[in-house]
Amino acid sequence: MLLSRVADALYWISRYLERAEHTARLIDVRLDLGLDRRTDSDGWDFERLYDTLRLSSADAPSSPAAMIDALVFNGSTRSSVAACVTAARENARQVREEISSDMWEQINALFLRLNQARADGTWSARPHYLARMIIEGVHLFEGITDATMGHGEGWQYLQAGRFLERAEAGASLVDLYFTEGSILPPAHLEWVGLLRSCSALEAYCRCYTADFRPPRIAEFLLLNAEFPRSVRFAAARVESAVRAIAQLTGHGAGGRAERLAGRLHASLDYGQVDEILSDDPHVYLDGISRYCGQIHTALYQTYLTYSIEAALPA
Amino acid sequence: MALVVPSKLSSPSPFSALFSRYDVNGTYDEMFDAAGRPRSYCRPLFEDLRAASHAELRQRQLEADKAFLTQGITFTVYGDEEGTERIFPFDLLPRIVTAAEWRTLERGLTQRLTAINLFLKDVYHDGRILAEGVVPRDLVQSCRHYRREMRGVHLHRDIYVSVAGTDLLRLEDGRFVVLEDNLRVPSGVSYMLANREVTRRVFPALFDRYRVAPIAQYGQMLLATLRAQAPPNVSDPTFVVLTPGVGNSAYFEHAFLAREMGVALVEGRDLLVHDNVVYMRTTAGLRRVDVIYRRVDDDFLDPLAFRTDSHLGVAGLLNAYRAGNVSIANAIGTGLADDKALYAYIPAIIRFYLSEEPILSNVETYLLANASERQHVLEHLDSLVVKAVGESGGYGMLIGPHSTSAERADFKAKILADPRNFIAQPTLSFSRSPCFIDGAIEPRHVDLRPYVLFGDRVTIVPGGLTRVALRRGSLVVNSSQGGGSKDTWILEE
Repeated sequence: MLLSRVADALYWISRYLERAEHTARLIDVRLDLGLDRRTDSDGWDFERLYDTLRLSSADAPSSPAAMIDALVFNGSTRSSVAACVTAARENARQVREEISSDMWEQINALFLRLNQARADGTWSARPHYLARMIIEGVHLFEGITDATMGHGEGWQYLQAGRFLERAEAGASLVDLYFTEGSILPPAHLEWVGLLRSCSALEAYCRCYTADFRPPRIAEFLLLNAEFPRSVRFAAARVESAVRAIAQLTGHGAGGRAERLAGRLHASLDYGQVDEILSDDPHVYLDGISRYCGQIHTALYQTYLTYSIEAALPA
Repeated sequence: MALVVPSKLSSPSPFSALFSRYDVNGTYDEMFDAAGRPRSYCRPLFEDLRAASHAELRQRQLEADKAFLTQGITFTVYGDEEGTERIFPFDLLPRIVTAAEWRTLERGLTQRLTAINLFLKDVYHDGRILAEGVVPRDLVQSCRHYRREMRGVHLHRDIYVSVAGTDLLRLEDGRFVVLEDNLRVPSGVSYMLANREVTRRVFPALFDRYRVAPIAQYGQMLLATLRAQAPPNVSDPTFVVLTPGVGNSAYFEHAFLAREMGVALVEGRDLLVHDNVVYMRTTAGLRRVDVIYRRVDDDFLDPLAFRTDSHLGVAGLLNAYRAGNVSIANAIGTGLADDKALYAYIPAIIRFYLSEEPILSNVETYLLANASERQHVLEHLDSLVVKAVGESGGYGMLIGPHSTSAERADFKAKILADPRNFIAQPTLSFSRSPCFIDGAIEPRHVDLRPYVLFGDRVTIVPGGLTRVALRRGSLVVNSSQGGGSKDTWILEE
């Protein structure tokens, strides 16, 4: 038995944390790439970072400190790490009886550490460690979740939220690099940066060696079945979570959310990278994002915001 | 009177410095007798403290505070914009109550809650006690927490107060007296449990030297208490804890208790009433609810029956309750019996229903509705404590000896405007207990709130919340007013 409100909160806990981790990773990669910039270039360029986060590049600051402040600490930027972690914690606070104490303590610790880091300002000299702390904090939460919470319906909502967010963010990131008219010059470092933004550098090399070719990178990030940050992998997890939820709540097979998730997964299972890139990659990738949105809506309509009239006993 | 350190210890040592600011001033001290010697059962604790260094205690305090912070054991202070979430200050040093003292408390509290339940049933049905003039009818009916809607409503097993959090004080002679009964939605039990958990972590060795009665079974006992009042025709009842939500000062506790009992924590918006049956909205459709442990005040429970502006409640809940389709604990209307004016009648209530003498005394109380008592109080405002009858949490109080003449004039005007709304009590010299404050051990005033459960019978978990007035000399222990708490050990025989 799971309250609809609780399911909603669980879904958003992991969705927000996934978003926080994604942002932290992009920041980390961008700062690191910045260290290799040519000495004659003037200052830092965070416009690209803002593009990858789907923020207006006109807002991009020119110093790492200002960037960190805006993207990590600024609670009024809805997509900042602090805003995401705070929102995740707020959701966790509302379902404390549903999640394990260890999960709560981990998310609370991440929140407190982030506040502490902002207060004492020690991050400014070594922003890398700040990003690592956030990424590790989220990884720990995921590990603790898997190890201490029953893998029942509530856990499935955590999965659905995390992997929907991941599929959407992954598709959107690849879209930015492969869509025609992309602002990104196909520099070697940028392609490596894309892989690193998905923690995929090592895994890619093991698969294709250190021969960085854009179509292979696209194939790896979109269609690899085994790599946990590929869009296909995420879609498979979304589908299995949606199926489990339908089964656990006694809804018959083949509901709208299941059909959507199944189709998304199948399109990636049977996708061909050369076709995707030779047609209009933007249309394909945008389609993935739209599917994710529709799966979200279908989940909500079926389980969370259904009309009471329809649910009352006859 | 200064503390007398036993002679062999009186040589200057870095350890006794911890007690250098300690004085025993004639109020009852929980650790030392009037001559400043540690009470026999406190000796092992005292010895351990003497052997400890500042640094060590500070370290333990840090560990304890960190444990509260990471577990998010916090409360919310109303009317405070910044940092609304705070940890409840925790004092390291446990307070010890002997088995014999506890036995008396247990008997006294059982007697009191039994009589109060009989009283509530009587008042909402036949009104025998009113007809016989033992309790004035107009006092009952003018009470803000009297619920006319409850007249003639049959409650399964006649359980009105399922959970009481009785506030006790210990006076100079060592006797405990009842200060307040707290019969609506008493809070703090999660702190009792959390304090014990933390003390076990930071002072594990002490538990070898004492046989402390366990309290971790509280969640199970509460569930059994709620089960006893489930509607009789339901074989496998569904329980929920109803919370006002994350913004409530005791939200942590609501979530904690739901988890301890293994039941759902719901908000008003999760529930709905259809055809006098309460349902909750789940991912698998609507599910019937049979027992509600509510932590929402009467006023906010049902916008159709009580405050229409409440978003915390469930429309139609009162009717479902009256139809017997759902049990609510505590029952609606129990606040009547913890009205501070009715409190003065509890000894008479015990005699009336049980034909017994009260085991625990009340604090002497002046009813300001009563002209002669009012006169006396108005003449002695500087030495008395005046309280509004329907308030709790230390709000709406005048502490005479600590008040300014402007505050007294203000209260005098309020009293004259609505005398029924106030009572007065002497300023009590209640007990103090050693606390670790700013690197030294100092005495602070403490109270004791045991949690009394009434299901099949009265059960009391052997423990309670000891609240501490952390400011030097302060008599106010409420968390909203700068109070803290400490672990409370009931010793086993």
